Amino acid sequence: MGFYDLLKSYDDLNYDDIFNSMTDEDILRIIRKRKLSDVDFLKLLSPQAGKHLEAMAQEGYKKTLQHFGKAILLYTPMYLANYCVNKCAYCSYNLENDITRKKLTEAEIEAEAKAIADTGLRHILILTGESRKHSPISYVVKAVNILKKYFDSITIEIYPLSEEEYGELIEAGVDGLTVYQEVYNPEIYDRVHIAGPKKNYRFRLEAPERACLQKIRSVNIGALLGLDDWRKEAFKTGIHARYLQDTYNDVDISVSLPRIRPHVGVFEEVHDVTDKDIVQIMLAIRLFLPNAGITISTRENQAFRDNIIQLGVTKMSAGVSTEVGGHTSKEDDTSQFEISDKRTVEEVREAILSKGYHPIYKDWMKI
Amino acid sequence: MSDLVIGGNKLESRLLIGSGKFPNHDVLPNVIESCGTQVITMAVRRVNLESKEENILDYIPKDCILLPNTSGARNAEEAVRIARLAKAMGCGNWVKIEVISDNKYLLPDNQETIKATEILAKEGFVVLPYMSPDLMSAKRMVEAGAAAVMPLGAPIGTNRGIRTKELVQILIDEIDIPVIVDAGIGRPSQAAEAMEMGADAVLVNTAIATADDPVRMAEAFSLAVKAGRTAYEAKLGAESVYAKASSPLTGFLNEGDK
Repeated sequence: MGFYDLLKSYDDLNYDDIFNSMTDEDILRIIRKRKLSDVDFLKLLSPQAGKHLEAMAQEGYKKTLQHFGKAILLYTPMYLANYCVNKCAYCSYNLENDITRKKLTEAEIEAEAKAIADTGLRHILILTGESRKHSPISYVVKAVNILKKYFDSITIEIYPLSEEEYGELIEAGVDGLTVYQEVYNPEIYDRVHIAGPKKNYRFRLEAPERACLQKIRSVNIGALLGLDDWRKEAFKTGIHARYLQDTYNDVDISVSLPRIRPHVGVFEEVHDVTDKDIVQIMLAIRLFLPNAGITISTRENQAFRDNIIQLGVTKMSAGVSTEVGGHTSKEDDTSQFEISDKRTVEEVREAILSKGYHPIYKDWMKI
Repeated sequence: MSDLVIGGNKLESRLLIGSGKFPNHDVLPNVIESCGTQVITMAVRRVNLESKEENILDYIPKDCILLPNTSGARNAEEAVRIARLAKAMGCGNWVKIEVISDNKYLLPDNQETIKATEILAKEGFVVLPYMSPDLMSAKRMVEAGAAAVMPLGAPIGTNRGIRTKELVQILIDEIDIPVIVDAGIGRPSQAAEAMEMGADAVLVNTAIATADDPVRMAEAFSLAVKAGRTAYEAKLGAESVYAKASSPLTGFLNEGDK
């Protein structure tokens, strides 16, 4: 059974029934369990479990230490192009938004790479909007060939590809895939993805599986929190991650917890997601999937990012610009969303060290 | 205490340590000094030669033997490639083979490990394969040219002790090359236990790296390893469930003398 069918098998799950029929003892027992079931995980996302965050944090801390030690991997995104054919209600790249559209030339990619590599980072995440005309696979391959000279690990966060296309990029030197489902609720998915190829829910949902079949090394998934009730979306993200871990044992699976940030365009129906909610999701995921990575981006602010280092984070972005060409130029009208933590790589490094953790710049190499 | 010889190198310390999971690199030289280890393992994929602050090799004293490991390898071919890269990077010719295709429990793949051992031993590497304690696999690793075998006591990082005791004991009894218990040792007493069993050495990482005071914990492990080895060489007294004041079964043979 693929994940699409597994997810469908949860269509009739009555979240409220489960949340209303559990006790504090249930939660404490789940926290101590060796292996959690899907329903155990859901219970840790319940309103009641919100009262037991310290107990969850204590256990989560132990599990993180066991699996990852005190290491936090740093990376930064590089935006290659922001041409996009989709109309997504929550994104500045929406084709109807009047922003400057840009695509880096090979020389510009090289200049950006140099500027980023000078900060010491060895892991890069490359992004494009969805435009097979402006940023086709051949363009991404060219970019990878340049970036290989400067970085040890290259992750892509681009439109979903066919299995063959993932194979082509892996062959070129890509070792990681980030693809967010944005929202697992299919009705909301259909509503916020107003037009464009991104309307194809299932093609996006199964993108990680296609990359895993091509032996990619790491996959990072997530839901854009705020598009639906976060408890349901976090649950579906967690079972997606477990499915991938169970099915593709040799792929490193990690989870991101992006919250909607201010962006160009209008999207009003945002569900509230507080700092406490993010912490609860993070801890529930850590207890459910002790060996999954947890990524925190600069969408979150400096103080919050520093405080959650001890709660199970394993990867953080640093020195971030979401502008196309933002590491070498100062233009600021091409960005996908506003970032919150604007510190340099060195500043983030110092902050991590001051928490007693070890910022890692390199965790992989091309072999 | 007798010396341990691996790959022609005589080692006085029977404690090998790992370099991952520490809160920073700065603590490493003190850890190495406090436990007197002579062999230190590091993940090749994490070695960052281009960084002044982050190049782990700069924190390891030159008289230590580097034991680069192939962490991240999913099959024999990848392990071989990583080992060759390590040599090219100047990490010497020792290698700890780790082939892991199960990211959940990080259990080693013995079959692929045997293949990689054979290729790398032929190329002149001093090969130390990390393995699930299985006698037949260990024998094949010996035939393939391993310089030592490294059976796990429990999954990496678990600190659960020597849960595989019976199987490790069989390797100690049957395998003629050094047996180094690697992974799972969470307390000095467990390191001592492995040494009392007759293990030739232990490799410890998580238990030292994640202790509140890694330097003192390293010292504690060093003492435990010495105690366990000394006890093994001094030959432990036999265990018995009875007090040994008399001979309950054969005492009658002497009764006629009275």
